[in-house]
Amino acid sequence: MLYREAGQFKTTYGADQAVFPIRQDQLFIALWLAVGFVLVPLVSSEYLLRAILIPFLILALAALGLNLLVGYCGQLSLGTGGFMAVGAYAAYNLCVRIPALNPLVAFLLAGGVSTLVGIAFGIPSLRIKGYYLAVATLAAQFFLDWVFSRVAWFSNNTPSGSITAPPVTLFELTFDTPVKKYSLCLSILVLFAAVAKNLVRGRMGRAWMATRDMDVAAEIIGIRPMYAKLSAFAVSSFFIGVAGGLWAFVHLGSWEPLAFDVNRSFSILFMVIIGGLGSILGSFLGAAFITVLPLVLNQLPQWLGISISTAMISHLEAMIFGCLIVFFLIVEPLGLARLWRIGKEKLRLWPFPY
Amino acid sequence: MGFFLEVVLGGLMAGVLYSLVALGFVLIFKASGVFNFAQGAMVLFAALTLVRLMEILKETFSPFLIALLLTIAVMIALAWVIERLVLRPLVNQPGISLFMATLGISYVLDGFGQAVWGSDVYALDVGIPKRPIVLFESMVPGGVLVPSEDLAAALIAGLLVLGLGVFFQRTRIGRALRAVADDHQAAQSVGIPLNTIWVIVWTVAGLVALVAGIVWGSKLGVQFSLGLVALKALPVLILGGFESIVGAVVGGLIIGVGEKVSEVYLGPAVGGGIENWFAYVLALLFLLVRPEGLFGERHIDRV
Amino acid sequence: MSTAPPQRHIGDVLLKLDGISLAFGGVKALDDVSFEVRSHEIRAIIGPNGAGKSSLLNVINGVYHPSQGAVTYKGTTYRQMRPHEAARRGIARTFQNIALFKGMTVLDNIMTGRTLKMHAGFLFQCLYFGKARSEELAHRRKVEHIIDFLQIEHIRKTPVGRLAYGLQKRVELARALAAEPELLLLDEPMAGMNLEEKEDMCRFILDANDEFGTTIVLIEHDMGVVMDLSDRVVVLDYGRKIGDGSPDEVRRNQAVIDAYLGVRH
Repeated sequence: MLYREAGQFKTTYGADQAVFPIRQDQLFIALWLAVGFVLVPLVSSEYLLRAILIPFLILALAALGLNLLVGYCGQLSLGTGGFMAVGAYAAYNLCVRIPALNPLVAFLLAGGVSTLVGIAFGIPSLRIKGYYLAVATLAAQFFLDWVFSRVAWFSNNTPSGSITAPPVTLFELTFDTPVKKYSLCLSILVLFAAVAKNLVRGRMGRAWMATRDMDVAAEIIGIRPMYAKLSAFAVSSFFIGVAGGLWAFVHLGSWEPLAFDVNRSFSILFMVIIGGLGSILGSFLGAAFITVLPLVLNQLPQWLGISISTAMISHLEAMIFGCLIVFFLIVEPLGLARLWRIGKEKLRLWPFPY
Repeated sequence: MGFFLEVVLGGLMAGVLYSLVALGFVLIFKASGVFNFAQGAMVLFAALTLVRLMEILKETFSPFLIALLLTIAVMIALAWVIERLVLRPLVNQPGISLFMATLGISYVLDGFGQAVWGSDVYALDVGIPKRPIVLFESMVPGGVLVPSEDLAAALIAGLLVLGLGVFFQRTRIGRALRAVADDHQAAQSVGIPLNTIWVIVWTVAGLVALVAGIVWGSKLGVQFSLGLVALKALPVLILGGFESIVGAVVGGLIIGVGEKVSEVYLGPAVGGGIENWFAYVLALLFLLVRPEGLFGERHIDRV
Repeated sequence: MSTAPPQRHIGDVLLKLDGISLAFGGVKALDDVSFEVRSHEIRAIIGPNGAGKSSLLNVINGVYHPSQGAVTYKGTTYRQMRPHEAARRGIARTFQNIALFKGMTVLDNIMTGRTLKMHAGFLFQCLYFGKARSEELAHRRKVEHIIDFLQIEHIRKTPVGRLAYGLQKRVELARALAAEPELLLLDEPMAGMNLEEKEDMCRFILDANDEFGTTIVLIEHDMGVVMDLSDRVVVLDYGRKIGDGSPDEVRRNQAVIDAYLGVRH
């Protein structure tokens, strides 16, 4: 009753191709942005911002990047952590060696470096698919792990291997409080999400999806597989590299190579799978889910009045993750995003059953 | 010369261990087309179960034997559960979905194994002799030192490969397994009971995992890092071909030797740690040059 | 379906195959096949199953590379061509087993057919601004024209995987037409359709040839369709050409009758 399109006629193709064609959706998004930018910083505690919201925003950016590659273009990648590391270390080295360089600019440049590395490790995708490609990206992950822990130059020759990032500034403003960090991350995420949406609904997105669905047919209608696959790796690595920079500078502050290991890669892949492959909204939902889940699991025993050791909690967490993955693959392979869409469909008919 | 031989032999032995894990992968892939990421977790789980059961039963007359039988029963039960809850609902889904499901299974197994059995390091002693043996005394002064448990591992692996090879080529079930790997629907339509076949396959893979777990566990102790061995098996499969038993053995040996040799001779030049990525980079090169591996089959896409 | 083909303005030779042979391992799919196709004509390829008809289309298209012989298209002779080059030169095709992008809507599928005509730079695409946006809308207009032409307006936003077989075949034809090809290769476009659907498809093919001037090469098993639609027919059997000429000539050819058509009892 509330969510109906009746009476909303589109008279131009432009109106039809808008990102949010239905008026209710437009209101909804405006509301969310208002809540996100204004309400949340006002009412959230420092803990909420620092431990939940900021990591969520940054990982959502990484998940968005990975979704472009895996969900839209169909190229399986297990090297996300490695590319985040490239972004982080590139940004760090740029800031440390060129002190006059603004960290935000450094992030963009680091994203560029990550893009180049991504393209390099994406070259195997031209010859191999599926599992084989996953192995190639794992190779990238382990190799990058080793490079950043063994080659001292990247850590500015710090003996302990753990490095600290300089604070992020923009003109006179230093992003040091959680609220400022949150706003920074949210702005970057919204900007990148808009770019992702534009790419995905245009020529590039169609080329990616065609390559995913049937690359032989795609080649026959003129889509060059090399161009489609490498561009997916490039754009995806850019997003992930910037996320890596943000993760290191804004969330962690100080870090060692272990922060970007293969577990990070898997966790982001899970976000994409659970959230929904091939969906921008899905990346957000998946990131939210995976960020919040461990916290809920940690608190659950207290709420239920049972006491479980922390070690046992982490085992249970692993088991629940695994079960959820299998569950989603069986029940709703298109993830939370699809459940959301089904919900919207039902809302259109509400209060009628069908 | 003697030192080089020792390094090579050491590498071969490590390679045998990799092959044992890779064999489990090949089995499942050969028989169902699924890449079982959980194989490593199965190795760890089997080893953990065995070790802890042995401890619980240590007052009985033969803790190893009873624990072994019980563990075998557990692995059979595991195969049945996996088939029922994961494989059956996903039966005609694309390979990538099944691969990701096995990723989920590996997480569950890891968590479950450690929740039930604990996450300490456990020593596994199943009676494999540990004294080093000296070989090749005639060729090299002083001979080459070879740990006899490594020799035992090589022997066991050899027997396993032989047994599996015969199983696939000669028996009726083996033929049915190969049919299933080719085309699930076609196999079903000629009356092959898919579900039973899968339970059999995963059981055999589970038993192979158990053997691998015993061999690895006696050598390194049973601990969490055993599960990470799965990741090492991937390059072995790339080199050897996903569907070849012989390939798993040869690939494992090449990687084992390659790792050891490069670590010893090139390692000092780059600060060590080559072992972490050598296998992967080698696999990457293979992927670019010969993706189907040394013994794999080429795929032709029909339009 | 017994209307005589309208008078078509048939031009010069557009496509020529010379001594094409194709082998897969030990299996010979094509054996010394030669024929030509003239501009604006509708050429049918017929023959029993396994005769090599689809392989022939794949050779024209660049998907398979012949072991012997050469293909001359618009004056240029080549033996090895990549499929996307064929697309760039104006060759489009449909497939026996539908090769649509199942994850996308009908509209998006047809829009992919316009890929080669879209040139907006990457930055413009990121912002969906300027050239990217105007291009997108201009091509949308063209695609809607084709959607009207093929009468699939009602399903334009439906994911292709959910459509009935007959409609999917129509969408595939739309995608091929969206590229504004000079040469259109159709692989059994009417397979699995009932009489009414076949009539519609025939009409679409004829209209495409009429309105857009597209040269058409089609593989078809329905002899009625072949006789009515095509100007000339090529007959293949076991990879070899056994007949080439107008539909009437081919119908009376003894070799063709023996291999494929059969006699009325």
